[in-house]
Amino acid sequence: MGGNSPCASCKLLRRRCAKDCIFAPYFPSDDPHKFAIVHKVFGASNVSKMLQELPLHQRADTVSSLVYEANARVRDPVYGCVGAISYLQNQVSQLQMQLAVAQAEILCIQMQQEQAPITTTSPVLLEEDDKSSLFLHQNDLPQFLTFSSSNNVIYDSFKKESLFGQDMIS
Amino acid sequence: MASTRCAACKYLRRRCPSDCIFSLYFPSNNPQRFAYVHKIFGASNVGKMLQDLPVHRRADAADSLYYEAHCRIKDPVYGCVGIINILHQEIHNVQCQIAKIQAEIAFIGTHAQSDQQLQIAPNLDPNFLAEQKGLSNSFDDSSTWFF
Repeated sequence: MGGNSPCASCKLLRRRCAKDCIFAPYFPSDDPHKFAIVHKVFGASNVSKMLQELPLHQRADTVSSLVYEANARVRDPVYGCVGAISYLQNQVSQLQMQLAVAQAEILCIQMQQEQAPITTTSPVLLEEDDKSSLFLHQNDLPQFLTFSSSNNVIYDSFKKESLFGQDMIS
Repeated sequence: MASTRCAACKYLRRRCPSDCIFSLYFPSNNPQRFAYVHKIFGASNVGKMLQDLPVHRRADAADSLYYEAHCRIKDPVYGCVGIINILHQEIHNVQCQIAKIQAEIAFIGTHAQSDQQLQIAPNLDPNFLAEQKGLSNSFDDSSTWFF
């Protein structure tokens, strides 16, 4: 918006770009594709209503997320963003399994160290009366075994109302 | 005979034709499903999207559109993208935890090896043995570390 140049939305919709055009701050004329794709998926009228229902300081993020979703839907007309969510959920599950394996492994190591007295294989190397150096000091390991609450994040995330202050455009 | 209009045609207050594109995916017993999708995407866009797809993909498309619309209504600013962000963060967190534990395992392994070496060395320490056996001499030659 500025000067005589209509914003990308007004150009596409072939209308006069008003001074208070709701699209103008978010759909500059130098990026026509951005509005085109959002219009194709959501429709200009719906986008306008969505933006009007939100406070000013949240509209930029909203537009960014709409553009992201629209792009995802054009790339994958069947699943859109939901395909990405499904993929990421699988990734989280696999990583949590890896984490569980690693945690079990370190538990085993700790238990082995606690239970097994250390003995050397060659009697020549040992003095019978020397006991002080036979045993490993018990490791003062920090506890890495606290399970995070991540097990339920996947399910809880769909219930959460997430609010971020970050730009969604990657 | 009771009306058998689909949820879309009921919502749009029109006659539901026999080949209505919405009827299979927006049954009349779930009016919210179409209401959400229509609010976010618009009936016209949804109709076009479904028509552009082969028949066997339309059910999944309708489901995903409903899911996205639902997310957007719950979170008008970020919609589905908010969930994607949460999942990315979770992946990062779990990866960090795994890296921490793997580093700890590697550290324990290294520590265990060096401890074993330390246990052997005192017994071969010539000064130590000299004390134990009442000998006073210290050994300078490292070759005498081995009996």
